[in-house]
Amino acid sequence: MKEVLVIGGGIAGIQAALDLAEQGLRVHLVERTPSIGGRMAQLDKTFPTNDCSTCILSPKMVDCARHPNILLHTYSEVLAVTGEAGDFRARVLKHPRYVDETLCTGCGDCALKCPRKVPDEFNLGLNQRRAIYLHFPQAVPMVMTIDPEHCTYLTRGKCGLCQKVCQAGAIDFEQQESEFELEVGAIVVATGYDFYDASHLSQYGYGRYPNVITALEYERLISASGPTGGHLLRPSDGQPARKIGFVQCAGSRHVRHNRYCSTVCCVHSTKEAVLAWEHDPAVNSHVFYTDLRGSGKGFREYIDRAARDYAVNFVHGRVAQILEDADHNPIIKYEHENTLRPERMTVDLAVLAISLVPARDAPQVAAILDVGLDDFGFVQTDPLAPVDTSRPGIVACGCCLGPADIPQSVAQASAAAARAAEFALA
Amino acid sequence: MYGRLDPTRGRRGVGHGPEEEADSSPRIGVFVCHCGHNIAGYLDVPALVEAARKLPNVVLATDNLFTCSDAGLAEIRAAIAEQALNRVVVASCTPRTHEPLFQATCEEAGLNRYLFEFVNIRDQCSWVHMNDGVAATNKARDLIRMGVAKAALLEPLVESELAVQPAAAIIGGGIAGMTAALSLARRGFAVTLIEREPHLGGLARSLHRLYPTHADAQDLVARHISEVSDNPHIDVLTSAEIREIRGYIGNYELTVYSRQFGMDLPVQAGVIVVATGAVELKPAGSYGYGQDPRVLTQGELERLLVEKEALPAASGELRSVVIIQCVGAREPSRSYCGRTCCLTAMKNAILLKERNPKTEVHILYRDIEVHGTHFEDYYGQARDMGIIFTRYTPQQPPQLDGSRVIVHDEMLGAKLGIPFDMLVLSTPMVPPTGVRQLAQMLKVPVDEHGFFLEAHVKLRPLDFATDGVYLCGSAHWPAHLDEAISQALGAAARAATILSKEQVRSSGVVSIADERLCRGCERCAEVCEFGAIEFHVLDRAGGRYDQPGQPASRTVARVNPVLCKGCGACAVICPTGAMQASHFRGDQITAMIQAALGD
Repeated sequence: MKEVLVIGGGIAGIQAALDLAEQGLRVHLVERTPSIGGRMAQLDKTFPTNDCSTCILSPKMVDCARHPNILLHTYSEVLAVTGEAGDFRARVLKHPRYVDETLCTGCGDCALKCPRKVPDEFNLGLNQRRAIYLHFPQAVPMVMTIDPEHCTYLTRGKCGLCQKVCQAGAIDFEQQESEFELEVGAIVVATGYDFYDASHLSQYGYGRYPNVITALEYERLISASGPTGGHLLRPSDGQPARKIGFVQCAGSRHVRHNRYCSTVCCVHSTKEAVLAWEHDPAVNSHVFYTDLRGSGKGFREYIDRAARDYAVNFVHGRVAQILEDADHNPIIKYEHENTLRPERMTVDLAVLAISLVPARDAPQVAAILDVGLDDFGFVQTDPLAPVDTSRPGIVACGCCLGPADIPQSVAQASAAAARAAEFALA
Repeated sequence: MYGRLDPTRGRRGVGHGPEEEADSSPRIGVFVCHCGHNIAGYLDVPALVEAARKLPNVVLATDNLFTCSDAGLAEIRAAIAEQALNRVVVASCTPRTHEPLFQATCEEAGLNRYLFEFVNIRDQCSWVHMNDGVAATNKARDLIRMGVAKAALLEPLVESELAVQPAAAIIGGGIAGMTAALSLARRGFAVTLIEREPHLGGLARSLHRLYPTHADAQDLVARHISEVSDNPHIDVLTSAEIREIRGYIGNYELTVYSRQFGMDLPVQAGVIVVATGAVELKPAGSYGYGQDPRVLTQGELERLLVEKEALPAASGELRSVVIIQCVGAREPSRSYCGRTCCLTAMKNAILLKERNPKTEVHILYRDIEVHGTHFEDYYGQARDMGIIFTRYTPQQPPQLDGSRVIVHDEMLGAKLGIPFDMLVLSTPMVPPTGVRQLAQMLKVPVDEHGFFLEAHVKLRPLDFATDGVYLCGSAHWPAHLDEAISQALGAAARAATILSKEQVRSSGVVSIADERLCRGCERCAEVCEFGAIEFHVLDRAGGRYDQPGQPASRTVARVNPVLCKGCGACAVICPTGAMQASHFRGDQITAMIQAALGD
């Protein structure tokens, strides 16, 4: 059977893997974190339908795990790739979870007993997880992972409580990292994106002012599975946020930060404002924008509906600066679109629509795969061959190509599957 | 009635034959899962097992630490064999992730997979009632009793299998249609490419340059056409109209009228890809369009740019061009943003500037739509060349005043009067004529604007709810060229997931129409999203219609089990109870309600 390697287990990698597997190819899906799901798993709802993100993503994750033609390699990384289209060899490193994947059922009894608390990266550090943890409640595979940096048994030889309480006998402190090699006909790159470091935007005070947060942090706050159980509570005092300012183009369309448009933020922020209203109609939201971009299917109507039915106030103007008052209320400074005078608006919470940037390790991944990157560090493709990288046999999809919304990523993923199948079966 | 193949062909049971199981009285096994702490930490599992043991038809009730573990599954298989179980109930986490696993386990032990019933006592019980273990245990007891009551009425179901023709029909021969055709042909699948016009190329035939690279559009069209013509797997039908589409996934039969040959041609295909594109809106009546020869659309300007000498710019006569964005878009009657018009306007503005830098070009816009990494630089390039962008609001739209356009510049807060020699209107793409007829033939929906409506806006952008029909390019929504190509390749992959299989298999959970009760009101077909219901005539002579006092023949519904997804919408709407969703039949649901109410 012909084999294909898919790197990255977000929605793009998942869709590419499913499309390849359904065409009868054997797929190795390599994901760096302990679970597939990617960024989409962190979102509460999705525009323009307000579909619950997890509810629509989870069945696809489960399909991936259950598909007889898909082999999941989570908590693993590609180290090296040699060969050429039709005949690649990829070396993969599997990190030790210190948990036997075949025995663990993800029941979580161990995490209830684990005494060591560390910031939960899935919730962007807004709450804490334990040193033994499930990446997120709907993780696939549903298997616990021990964080070797923080587990006191692994660092100091003390504790081992998880091993005592695990009724499945799944804890294995002796597990070692392992390397294996795959022979594949084609490779799909779906390594996604990161967010620009908000602290580089010193004028907005992120990191200094507790109630200035990023759009993804907001997403975790308003998510029922998030650290506040879906209550929109501001970080400084845990009080409900009633007046919210959404700051668009935070790091995007900016000569000193990122020249490009991050594509998803206008409608994404609109959705976040709509969700705030749905949680509490007393909330009023103000979206400060440069151009209000919503040209995807149903997006413009969504924005119009937000203004009409959800009391979302769109303000044309770029936010110059954010200050804060003595009660940690952010003060947004902007130019009023009608009077053309500088104005200030005090809000309970300011949400920065931070730029989408290439994944932090994109340069290393590009070097391993020997594929070209564009001026911005995203994987380079030609508009007329939009998923083919510079190296034949290696194709790419999703946000590693540049900011894209979910349907665009999914369509590109299917396109990458088509091209990968062509290379692998040639 | 269903085309060439009878849908009942290849229907088969899994595990025991239906006859054998239907005769035996129910012997139910109940397995209650602890899920580690997740269920047993809150519910009294031993009490649940004890209660289950006393229920009618239950011959075995037990608990497992993890029913889904290898040990738990082995226990189910052993119990089926040793206790001669013919129904299995598992009370545990959620069917969302675990139902297929337990069904497969039953199947491995020789039991039809539809003789399994899932009772959700974790996600919908222990997790949501963590603070009240007693009430939660009572609720779980009720849920198990309901599950057992339904299990006693379960019947083995059969799954349908259908052969797949390894060929695709692609409707629309633009860049998207040709790209999809080439991808499938490179995989060795036979493709029939059907184009209404006399030539392939679609919208790209009328383009001059492509943004943002300014590559020659006609080179691209010519390259695609020659690749398509040279490919032995692709049959091209130009000047061809679809007359009729019959069949279903794996076995479509299209009747295509060829104006070239003056006759109807049959086209057989396992899948259909819709790539019918879009056309530029002609804004009759706006800003004097249609009367004033100086007023053009972007598409018309583009054609002048192709015919190099036709444009007065070359001779320096074109001093000022004003371009107005969002004409016929983002307004009450057409609420969407055209997506491609901002970039088209910039492209043509840049080309005008390149011909004659002295030509003044103004673009009057509402929001500049140049998302993504590279388009923003293109916008910068346009501004650097001296193209003037002026923002207006819908409250104060640009007005025509003789040879000037009057616009309220939002940034300056002042009215400007801009003289023009040429006024170019940027209008959105709209669906071409005939889309609704085609949608009807395909039994797929279109949205309020006439663009085809995909199965799911987020996660199935290239699929229709109807199996075996796919979608790409501007037929779905105005698309940039790179997007249209991506979607076309993607649609090819989606199509290939079917074409790679010799057979497609459907779920056993489908609706069944009882012909004796059906009155042929067709309401079921109205609510069926999947086009699974067809009607046929029963007549007395055939001996199939036996109720007295009714007309001699009548129309009744029949469900194509291959297309039916078992959603049950037809069963809900059916006024006579003729439609029943198998596995969720009225008697099964009634038994559950009775079990819930009576303790």
